[in-house]
Amino acid sequence: MDRDKLSVLAISDSGFIFDPVTGHSYTANATGLRIFELLKEDKSEDEIKSILMEEFETTEDEVSVDVDDFIENLKKYFLV
Amino acid sequence: MKKEYIKPYIKKQTAGIMNKFGVSYNKGHREDILGIPIGNFTDKFGSPVFVLSEKLIRERYRKIYSHFSSKYPKAKMSWSYKTNYLDAVCSIMHQEGETAEVVSDFEYQKARRLGVPGNKIIYNGPYKPIESLKVAFQEGAMVNLDNFDELIKAEDAAKSINKKVPVGIRVNMDTGVYPQWSRFGFNIENNSAFNAVKRIQHSENLYLEGIHCHIGTFMLDPNAYREAVKKVVALMRKIEIMFKINIKYLDFGGGFPSMNKLKGTYLPPEVSVPPVEEFIDAVADTLLEELKPDEYPDVYLETGRSIIDEAGWLITSVDAVKRLPDGTKSYIIDAGVNLLYTSTWYNYKVEIDRELHGAYENSVIYGPLCMNIDVVVESAFLPPLPIGTRLILSPMGAYNVTQWMQFIRYRPAVAMIMEDGSLEEIRRPETLDDVVGPERIPEKLKKFEL
Repeated sequence: MDRDKLSVLAISDSGFIFDPVTGHSYTANATGLRIFELLKEDKSEDEIKSILMEEFETTEDEVSVDVDDFIENLKKYFLV
Repeated sequence: MKKEYIKPYIKKQTAGIMNKFGVSYNKGHREDILGIPIGNFTDKFGSPVFVLSEKLIRERYRKIYSHFSSKYPKAKMSWSYKTNYLDAVCSIMHQEGETAEVVSDFEYQKARRLGVPGNKIIYNGPYKPIESLKVAFQEGAMVNLDNFDELIKAEDAAKSINKKVPVGIRVNMDTGVYPQWSRFGFNIENNSAFNAVKRIQHSENLYLEGIHCHIGTFMLDPNAYREAVKKVVALMRKIEIMFKINIKYLDFGGGFPSMNKLKGTYLPPEVSVPPVEEFIDAVADTLLEELKPDEYPDVYLETGRSIIDEAGWLITSVDAVKRLPDGTKSYIIDAGVNLLYTSTWYNYKVEIDRELHGAYENSVIYGPLCMNIDVVVESAFLPPLPIGTRLILSPMGAYNVTQWMQFIRYRPAVAMIMEDGSLEEIRRPETLDDVVGPERIPEKLKKFEL
């Protein structure tokens, strides 16, 4: 996973994300933004899952599938 | 306190294609069917489960029959067994006064077993074994012949029971729609229908009583029925004059559409499917225009799909979520194409059992079969679905519980919501014994060691 790309993204608190390199824009929800923050803090995928479990009312199984799916989406959009 | 968890999503912003009709077919949720919570069905009967409504079936039938009979004095309806031949369904139809329209010896036997007298059965279809013809003739069924070989077979059957029996002929014709259904019956334009009548009238064991046609399926143009009525009435006149006989009945079959969405159609069914009254009007008005009052024959409709499709649902559960390599979201549910024969040509309406938050995206819904073709819905616009979410697929009342096949899993229960709101299991889920019952193992194959 190439996290360097994350540093160039403009991310607003409301979930609007702009990529100045490609000109594409995205929207993410609060959980998605939290994952962005944790990725930028260089947390591993396992660490991200643990933190989300501490912060949100969810289960290990659910968060594990969702984080993997979210990161797959980021790869699809060439954001990581 | 921990925060509420909403599944993470990110969506690329694109200038979308506008939907000028403002209808999103696969969007919405429903927590109940006719007031009964979705969970009640799966708790009681398991998942997946087909659900039918007695009330909606009866209401729809009465709407169609009352419209037809208010327009044409000798209106009759016969229940198309192949559309849904569960005993409970057929019993509702027979209670309402419909006779049985069958297309095979199996369906004939099923109707008789249910208590339908032979003379209240219309026996159609392109293949009728001679033994079944003998029984049908003995019992006074209305038999509509499909081809010349069958005509000769019918003659043999009647001869073997020393009777001269009435028959009808099935005819086909150009009604201006494509594809023209020409494989069933005798063609009117090339004179094959008239030649069949000639052959029947020269027979010592057969005589003609009726003309039957069925011009297609899921017809979207009522005008095709006008054309069919005109051509059939013209043929009837010609026959009556030439052979000095009276045709007792005309049968215009079925083919009226339901509110399902055909694959490949752009418009939603609310826009593309004409109301059923337009089809009945096309038949009845044209009959009244073409016939003199003293020559009204009995006229049958064999409407199936249009009566029952919207009275049925399938409740199924999400078992797994998967992101495909191209980024498409996909779900695996517990009902496959083996249960949903009609998924080949319909895009079902997909509803979820609760309100869910998150970004909607086009998703593929796969069944549980270990087969690449097991795609139940190619594109459903859905929010992120947690495992266990129940999906309600509809309309589901027509053809699925007759064309389904047992393949690697048991066929599920079929439940009926009765008029008083109670729930009945009208077909229990299959068991291993149901499946292996007909099998026999040759003696030498009975033992093996691994």
